[in-house]
Amino acid sequence: MKFSILIKQGPFTHQASDSAYHFTVAALASGHEIFRVFFYNDGVYNSNRLSEPQTDDRNLVSLWSKLAAEHEIDLVVCIAAAQRRGVKEEILEQGFRISGLGQLVEAGIEADRTIVFGD
Amino acid sequence: MEPWEEEEGPEVVKHFMYVNRRAPYGTIFAHECLEVVLISAAFEQDVSVAFMDDGVYQLKKNQDTTGIGMKNFSKTYRALDDYDVEKIYVEKESLDARGLTADDLIIPVEVVSTQAMRDLLGQQDVVISS
Amino acid sequence: MNRILHIVNKSPTDRRAFDTCFRMAKAEDSILLIEDGVYAAVANAGFASEVNKRLDDFSFYVLGPDVAARGLGDISLIDGIEVVDYKGFVDLVAENDVTQSWL
Repeated sequence: MKFSILIKQGPFTHQASDSAYHFTVAALASGHEIFRVFFYNDGVYNSNRLSEPQTDDRNLVSLWSKLAAEHEIDLVVCIAAAQRRGVKEEILEQGFRISGLGQLVEAGIEADRTIVFGD
Repeated sequence: MEPWEEEEGPEVVKHFMYVNRRAPYGTIFAHECLEVVLISAAFEQDVSVAFMDDGVYQLKKNQDTTGIGMKNFSKTYRALDDYDVEKIYVEKESLDARGLTADDLIIPVEVVSTQAMRDLLGQQDVVISS
Repeated sequence: MNRILHIVNKSPTDRRAFDTCFRMAKAEDSILLIEDGVYAAVANAGFASEVNKRLDDFSFYVLGPDVAARGLGDISLIDGIEVVDYKGFVDLVAENDVTQSWL
């Protein structure tokens, strides 16, 4: 089955991105396909390669990036939400791309299931 | 497998519902959800917008943000009609609990019972909550 | 009618998500507790009576890793709520027609 994921919170204030990450890993392990992960609201901060969590904590920015590289997952950061938060191409971690909100609607159309993680 | 799952391409029409349960200004969720709804109108899908719980406060008329310096985006709800987003549902129980009626709202909406809202939810293919 | 997997990630003693979820869910829907939503599964908590009233109406699930993370692994959860892992979460999404997150 094809899943799309919407993440509406950043990697530190709320658990949403963690939950979405573990869900995505489990979905891939079960043989499902991830059509797209879309980052909206403060979720755009999940793409910021300048973030430096303490070394004994997980680093969701790099976890998403590595997962995307291993499984060719499309990680899309909303341009409107990113612009107002200062998230730009030059600070994007590898594997993320910036695009329009239409990519979220398309994700909903193309996937069999869309799951929302947020606060 | 459902019949629609065998179809491919842009001719697929899905039922999208955007569920608003947050008041405006205190958090950005109402504002950014409205941006998604306006974009989604361009995709020729079946779009519904639902307001329940504190989400009904988004539609309160006479919002004046001059004193807090934030953009008054409530007028943008009036544009929904121009974008052919016509299925706008407000749960009556949520209005009642907040002492509001349809007359207090900035746009015409369909005020529906909890049962009707439950049925509408059951007709969706994609539910985007904010 | 599409069968809905309702996902609740809010503590019942902090936010109102459960009230609305219980109001909007229909018979044969499923409810999955994740993140702070798992506190609604504690058997001796005050909110348990609200969950117990609805056990016959919906299928309840709780995400085990979130239970363990919050130190609830050693206390009683409500009978009738099934504990699932992330794979179980994925299966629930696939088995239902649509998901609704009560954020």
